[in-house]
Amino acid sequence: MSTTDFSRKGSLQIINVEKILRMGSFYVAQARIRNIWQWKWSVLGEAVANPMFYLLSIGIGIGKIVNSHQSVGVDGVKYLTFLAPALLAATCIQGAVGEATHPVLEGFKWAKGFFAMNATPITGEQIANGVLLGAMARVTFGCVIYYTALYSFGAVHGLHTLWLIPMTLFAANSFAVLMMGICAAIKNDDLFLNMVQRFLIMPLFLFSGTFYSLSSMPKFLQIIGWASPLWHATEVGRWISYGHHISHGALLFHFSYMTIMTIVGFKVSHHFFVKRLAK
Amino acid sequence: MSTIDPATGGKEPLIIARGLRKEYGDFTAVDGIDFQVNRGDSFGFLGPNGAGKSTTMRIIAATLTRSGGDISILGKDPEVRGPEIRAHLGVVPQQDNLDNSLTVEDNLYVYGRYFGLSRTFIRNKIEELLAFAQLEEKRGVKVEALSGGMKRRLTIARALVSEPEILMLDEPTTGLDPQARHILWDRLFRLKEQGVTLLITTHYMDEAEQLCDRLMVMDKGRIMAEDSPANLIKTYSTKEVLEVRFGSDRNAQFADQLRSMSDRIEVLPDRVLMYSDDCESLLHEIVSKGMQPTTSLVRRSSLEDVFLRLTGRSLVE
Amino acid sequence: MKTSDAVLIAESLKGRFAEGTYSRRARAVLEHRRIAFKQGHWIVVLSGFVEPILYLFSFGYGVGKLVGRIQVTPGHWVSYAQFIAPALLATSAMNGAIYDSTWNVFFRLKYDGTYKAMLATSLGPLDVALGEIGWALFRGLIYATGFTAIVMPLGIIKGWYGLLAIPAAVIIAFGFASIGMLYTTYAKSFAQMDWVNIVMLPLFLFSGSLYPLSIYPEWLRYVIEALPLYHGIQIVRCLSLGIIQWSLLVHVAYFVVMIGIGVTFTTRRMRALFMR
Repeated sequence: MSTTDFSRKGSLQIINVEKILRMGSFYVAQARIRNIWQWKWSVLGEAVANPMFYLLSIGIGIGKIVNSHQSVGVDGVKYLTFLAPALLAATCIQGAVGEATHPVLEGFKWAKGFFAMNATPITGEQIANGVLLGAMARVTFGCVIYYTALYSFGAVHGLHTLWLIPMTLFAANSFAVLMMGICAAIKNDDLFLNMVQRFLIMPLFLFSGTFYSLSSMPKFLQIIGWASPLWHATEVGRWISYGHHISHGALLFHFSYMTIMTIVGFKVSHHFFVKRLAK
Repeated sequence: MSTIDPATGGKEPLIIARGLRKEYGDFTAVDGIDFQVNRGDSFGFLGPNGAGKSTTMRIIAATLTRSGGDISILGKDPEVRGPEIRAHLGVVPQQDNLDNSLTVEDNLYVYGRYFGLSRTFIRNKIEELLAFAQLEEKRGVKVEALSGGMKRRLTIARALVSEPEILMLDEPTTGLDPQARHILWDRLFRLKEQGVTLLITTHYMDEAEQLCDRLMVMDKGRIMAEDSPANLIKTYSTKEVLEVRFGSDRNAQFADQLRSMSDRIEVLPDRVLMYSDDCESLLHEIVSKGMQPTTSLVRRSSLEDVFLRLTGRSLVE
Repeated sequence: MKTSDAVLIAESLKGRFAEGTYSRRARAVLEHRRIAFKQGHWIVVLSGFVEPILYLFSFGYGVGKLVGRIQVTPGHWVSYAQFIAPALLATSAMNGAIYDSTWNVFFRLKYDGTYKAMLATSLGPLDVALGEIGWALFRGLIYATGFTAIVMPLGIIKGWYGLLAIPAAVIIAFGFASIGMLYTTYAKSFAQMDWVNIVMLPLFLFSGSLYPLSIYPEWLRYVIEALPLYHGIQIVRCLSLGIIQWSLLVHVAYFVVMIGIGVTFTTRRMRALFMR
């Protein structure tokens, strides 16, 4: 039987509010990572298997036919080299969007965990930041593994291609934070996420110049690519990886696009997280 | 305006509300209420579902903005200094919102981290809390495998991880079986003995009587009365109540006759309640007048009677 | 007929590039299912056939430009779109059938007691098994019809034989649904159910859907030829390209055996689970 008396100093003594205001986002991220950690073997398995499957099947399989048919390669390089930065970006962007939006459904609607967090000093903004940080932690892990796979398959060469990692993460973050904010804003979010998957993510994956250069598509389809964060990441990625030609202006445009998306994404996320918690 | 209760006067006020309002469009959930909670109080909001209790609680918890009036918690305005206020509250919401995919222990740990508490502090605290909630053997079990009563105790333990100045419980025992309720009441009573300020909403009168020193009876967003449970009964009811049943058809038929025999009666669909300080003699009188009830019961007045008197309605509908 | 939203979640993740194995959390999926039941997301189910169409346009057009024409039998060259369209149809039949017969069934089996209630009435285990599988077939039929209706006018699938691709898709769905359900009756945890998804992506990518098996080394070809999706793709591909040959019977026989095994053992297994 427990007749425990509390060693009670009281919250006024033990809690440092300034510290929470400063660090709260990281506390939320830690909790998210702890949650993800429970599926560590799945996460690892996926991180390893995914690049293997795609590199072998599309990169090498289709690559074999493409290379035999195109004497000069695609964009002047072997198909696998051409494909690598796009596959990396596609995987990271989709991973980030999934990991940043799924907890939003759970936190607001299913398990209501965000309301539990918000009953502590943690603010809505910090919850949004933390969820995103947690998602990016997982994506960073996946990105490094994917890059390693690309390197060992000979799909990227040279140390300078390490720049692919931060650039890809930046792109993934920009889209994930925007989708997270929109997800928080929408009431019927589970249907919404389904629709996003069907009518946004999948088309972006297929029509962003991932598997062939966007310019070979009809003009009206190229518009999808221009709006797509995946296309911007792919263009810059190809430039980093094998010196795919882009002008300074285009480079500036790609980065501005991603930066603006990040800023807008944070604004939208913060606004709607706070609003929905106070409902 | 409520004044400081002499019984608690001189104690430090932790929550002061004046003319507090909350509207959702046309609907007024909280209609200009005043109250004050002092350190060490065990303060209850009693009322039926929809009385405005939970809304009031959420405003106090600094997670809902008010539409009008003033409120200060620990001397601070929740709209301006939410995080600072929430740092000193322990909140037990109406619906458990534990992390089902984590273990019992990890739920406590993660929550403690939200208060910026150190790992060592939380690790030690978890031992105390598991003992308090009688969940030591369940520490490594995932929350989804716990019973309703265990989850409730865990939610309360979780709210205590930060040693809060005020513990807020919204309908703490709704949906629990009688045994689980009694265990929970026992745990809450211990906290009360240790001087933790408790804020409880309930629509159970027995819970209110068990746990609260002071009660605010709420209905439709308003305060109907505020006092200790004993005083409320003394003020708004008689010492005893006689419950008689004549069968559903005849209850109303006898009502007029019965009304003349007692100061106050309430005719409910299934029974008639008669208020008197001496119910035994009242029952004799009824029988001697040739009205033979099918069943009769003499009992002490309860908060249910107070509520019926104040609102004309039952607490649990 | 009700379709669980678990299917929708699973489906929304299907073919997703970073196919998340972990995000289907037990609790969440359960609750999602409950919510979705009320809201009736049939529109999402119907929109399921959008995915193979998008794949077809993207790969058929863009990748098609890079790879040129493909030789299917000696001297018989077809466009890349013509080559992959049957594979996409077969794969979507597989996907739909698998999700219906695994995640959907898993919930009823483990959580909501639907089967217990059903088997307490005059229904027998075979009724339940066939009922579930029947739904999967129905969905396969709708997807295949939708796909064919869009693709045929474009000349990607040709001739009257091409229309046989629709019943072929139903046979494929039948085969996968019966095996999927059999697996589900043995599955104990969500982790085990996750394996279904883990297996399906490589099945799609390696079964000769996007390029001929001839590029593989010989040993790998034998491995792939032992797998069901390869045979499914071959059936649809031969029919839609008008290649009528004896080997078709082998592929169909593969599915007949698969269906026989699946239905027989699922029924036994259901009986063992509920009628002890």
